Amino acid sequence: MRIHRLAAATALVAALTLTATACGGGTAGSADGGDPGTLTYWASNQGASPEQDKQILEPELRKFEQQTGIKVKLEVVPWSDLLNRILAATASGQGPDVLNIGNTWSTSLQATGALLPFDAATLAKIGGKDRFLPAALDTAGAAGKDPAAVPLYSMAYGLYYNKKMFKDAGIEQPPATWDELVADGRKLTKDGHFGLAVEGGNVSENVHHVFTLAKQHGTDFFDASGKPRFDSPQAVAAVKQYVDLIATHKVAAPGNAEYANNQSVTDFATGKAAMLMWQAAGANLKSHGMNPDDYGVAPVPVPAGASGSALTTSMVAGINLAVFRNSRNPDGALQFVKFMTSTEEQTVLNRTYGSIPPVKEAQADPAFATPELQTLAKVLGSSAQPLPRIADESQFETLVGTAVKNLLAAAAAGKPVTEDTVKAELTKAQQQMPAS
Amino acid sequence: MILDRIRSWRPGRAGLPYLLLLPALALELLIHLIPMLTGVWVSFKQLTQFFIRNWSEAPWTGLANYRVAVDFDAPIGRSLLNSFWVTCAFTVLSVGLSWLIGTVAAIHTQDAFRGRGLLRAAFLLPYALPAYAAVITWSFMFQRDTGLVNHLLHDQLHLTGDKPFWLIGDNSFTALTTVSVWRSWPFAFLTLTAGLQNIPRELYEAAALDGAGVWQQIRRITLPSLRPVNLVLVLVLFLWTFNDFNTPFILFGKAAPEAADLISVHIYQSSFVTWNFGAGSAMSVLLLFFLLLVTSAYLFLTSRSRGADD
Repeated sequence: MRIHRLAAATALVAALTLTATACGGGTAGSADGGDPGTLTYWASNQGASPEQDKQILEPELRKFEQQTGIKVKLEVVPWSDLLNRILAATASGQGPDVLNIGNTWSTSLQATGALLPFDAATLAKIGGKDRFLPAALDTAGAAGKDPAAVPLYSMAYGLYYNKKMFKDAGIEQPPATWDELVADGRKLTKDGHFGLAVEGGNVSENVHHVFTLAKQHGTDFFDASGKPRFDSPQAVAAVKQYVDLIATHKVAAPGNAEYANNQSVTDFATGKAAMLMWQAAGANLKSHGMNPDDYGVAPVPVPAGASGSALTTSMVAGINLAVFRNSRNPDGALQFVKFMTSTEEQTVLNRTYGSIPPVKEAQADPAFATPELQTLAKVLGSSAQPLPRIADESQFETLVGTAVKNLLAAAAAGKPVTEDTVKAELTKAQQQMPAS
Repeated sequence: MILDRIRSWRPGRAGLPYLLLLPALALELLIHLIPMLTGVWVSFKQLTQFFIRNWSEAPWTGLANYRVAVDFDAPIGRSLLNSFWVTCAFTVLSVGLSWLIGTVAAIHTQDAFRGRGLLRAAFLLPYALPAYAAVITWSFMFQRDTGLVNHLLHDQLHLTGDKPFWLIGDNSFTALTTVSVWRSWPFAFLTLTAGLQNIPRELYEAAALDGAGVWQQIRRITLPSLRPVNLVLVLVLFLWTFNDFNTPFILFGKAAPEAADLISVHIYQSSFVTWNFGAGSAMSVLLLFFLLLVTSAYLFLTSRSRGADD
């Protein structure tokens, strides 16, 4: 009886503390050595696997070591861990010297004060702000503040379409308006094939698409003073339009509502779906065995007769490079940023990853003259808008993305999705935003 | 003389256990108690991204985080309450089924037969598999269009009219419970198999002589003898299941469907995904109190009824 009491008590303590420590702040980030001759670099997972990233990045880091004598310790962090690792590093002050951040997190992370601001003097050390694409640099922090990072790889959404399926269905041009997309989608949806593939279980993908649609409806998810307005009539219309691709128009497969592991890219690459809205999918499609000649890329459709903000066809997507303010080697860190954003390195890395160099000079390389990247570069330069640059961006992404995910799930299960259900879902999301 | 002195210098028999417990106690303090108290402290603070860098200096908000968490008319409180009920239903079902399957399996493999060792090993397989690998496999099986579950239920047995979704919508609760039971019943089986070894065989022989059937033997001998084991087993299963994070997180990711929104993931989302660590801590502390309450009530009731039995 004694033993069983003890076992129960132990189990109790263990279980309770597990819960309580869940809020404690996660694991501490790895501490850098503090040796001025070394730097720690957290790279996000860009390639097919972290191992592939290491193979791509290590030779470049050795080049940097030869030039400057500074050794860089590389750690490739998977996307699922990256934000938590950054938060833990921020809380503990023990982090890398240089790190990758998803560009939509820039403003949220800027608010923590953990990242070194790139003021004019700092920017001058890495060659000045004019070297960067303005749209990409805009994503690096709140409006009117010094950027908290600089852009490293840029991407934009485009509409990928399967040339052969279009030809077989008698469609000559990729759709330029949403009405055309729905009409084409209906023609292409037959015999188990679908017009369009969407990644409905992926919260971030959902937010990116409804953000573009909201812009096209002439609204944002926040008003000018930064207050959330998730359930404005225009935002409701934008979200409903996206959900209707499954709910009303049925041009996307219901099963897409649970896709969260890039299955929509696979569906497009294998001919299960004729269209896909994705950011820089080329390298990914190639790894699935799809030939670049088999598909075309056009800007994401806009409403018929659109002008001004309604011509937005993408969010500004990409990866930014930031310096941790607690770095013990800030000069070395800036040298490394300068190296990574140099024209030569920008060319090498963006070519390998199939992304667009945010450094203007590097775009001249013939590797970026493919039809796909030319289209995306044009989108980035003319019709892409950054996601709301406010401190609560990451909450917005989670809450609205989840609301869209729930609505798509309801649509896929055959439940009616009306303006009221969309509004209710968005209102609920808005009410969960922090009060401040 | 000297020998006596040495003997008296040695810690007494009564003190020794405490001395041996000291390192464990120190570690317990360091690993569990301090983070736990930190968590309680954080729950009174307005800890958002603006303060995480100097989190000890985040403004004090008193009970504001708790008020938000228990304001069941507002969305944050309502979704927490929903998550709480989902977790309760999930726990009752999962623990009940795990216990039942474990008991049946343990009783059936009690008597030696050819291949018993192999069968027992197979039963323990889910328990031995790493959680991540096991649950990710389940998530593949639950995929609507390509998964094994729908292939079996829909394509082969024609049990469902339309292919159901398992990972989104209302069915996600069923999927979650299935995986949870699959993962935890082997533990019940293992514990009960060990418990059964302690029941003297003579009891069954005597009962059989008196004309008791199998069912009567189970009711009159097996279950009462297993009672101490079951008391611990159910409590441990309850705590593990109620706090299970791996299964829902691997199955659904950071945004679980409402029907399967377990409280552990919900709190994770409230603190880490929406960067409101103060509110997340307050929810954790509330959960802590709830579990403490249930566990003490359970221990109190079971020890009292045991006293009555003796």
